[in-house]
Amino acid sequence: MANKIVTDEVLKQIGKMGEPRTYEVERGAIRRFAEAIGDPNPLFNDEQRARETRFGGVIAPPTFCRSMGSPIPDVKLPALGDSFRGLDGGSDWEYFHPIRPGDRITAQTRLVDLKESEGRLGPMVFITMETTYTNQFGQLCVTQRSTAIRY
Amino acid sequence: MAAKLKYDSVKVGDEIPKFVVEGVSRPDFVRYAGASGDFVPLHYDQTFVEAAGIPTVFAQGMFTAGLLSKALTDWVGIGNVRQFKVRFATRVWPGDTVTCTGKVTNKLEKDGEKLIEGDLVVVNQKGEPAIRGSFRAAAG
Repeated sequence: MANKIVTDEVLKQIGKMGEPRTYEVERGAIRRFAEAIGDPNPLFNDEQRARETRFGGVIAPPTFCRSMGSPIPDVKLPALGDSFRGLDGGSDWEYFHPIRPGDRITAQTRLVDLKESEGRLGPMVFITMETTYTNQFGQLCVTQRSTAIRY
Repeated sequence: MAAKLKYDSVKVGDEIPKFVVEGVSRPDFVRYAGASGDFVPLHYDQTFVEAAGIPTVFAQGMFTAGLLSKALTDWVGIGNVRQFKVRFATRVWPGDTVTCTGKVTNKLEKDGEKLIEGDLVVVNQKGEPAIRGSFRAAAG
């Protein structure tokens, strides 16, 4: 069955990039993020304890990258109209290098997938974005894949 | 704390020690909004949510995912998480008690690294899943 919303024309948007955004990671931002997720682990806030680990210092909690947002490429779905509803379909992360205080992290988001399926409430579109978080040495620290649902 | 997990002592079926948060609160959501920069008003603005037909503010999915990540890093050690995945199910409301846990489903060696994989879950006081997830972590 042909897609109603995700047409061949709509699929051409895959690969669209948002503008990159660079953040300087502050020590206090890591500490406050750890506090906000109920994590008193001294490795997020105690430099002396953190120096004894194999990382040699404080590193950020796994979902800290989420605090460094980058503009999302605009996805046009003309057949859905302007009054669509949305849901957060969840996220996956892959971790390659730790994020540390003082790092300059560049986040950039790309549209990687568009899928349509027929739901209970009519056609639904699954929009998958991938965000890469790269440090000042050009090392990829984290990739995040997030799926948003519009219907 | 980040006790380093020993690959050989972990078995498929082992449970991740529970992390229980009793009575999550509006201030928790506000603190997470500030720390994460996620200022979607659904999570702290009562006037806004009522206008949207929702009885009260509710937790950011990523707040609850953060609690789950703490349960995971307490067990596998900070810096050992290789993959983390979350899917949101039911909402978490002020006053809810959430329990974060998980179970080992697989052990493998890849590119010279010993890895543990498992399923994760956050349930509310009624046993309803708020998050279903999974992880892969390095073990020594």
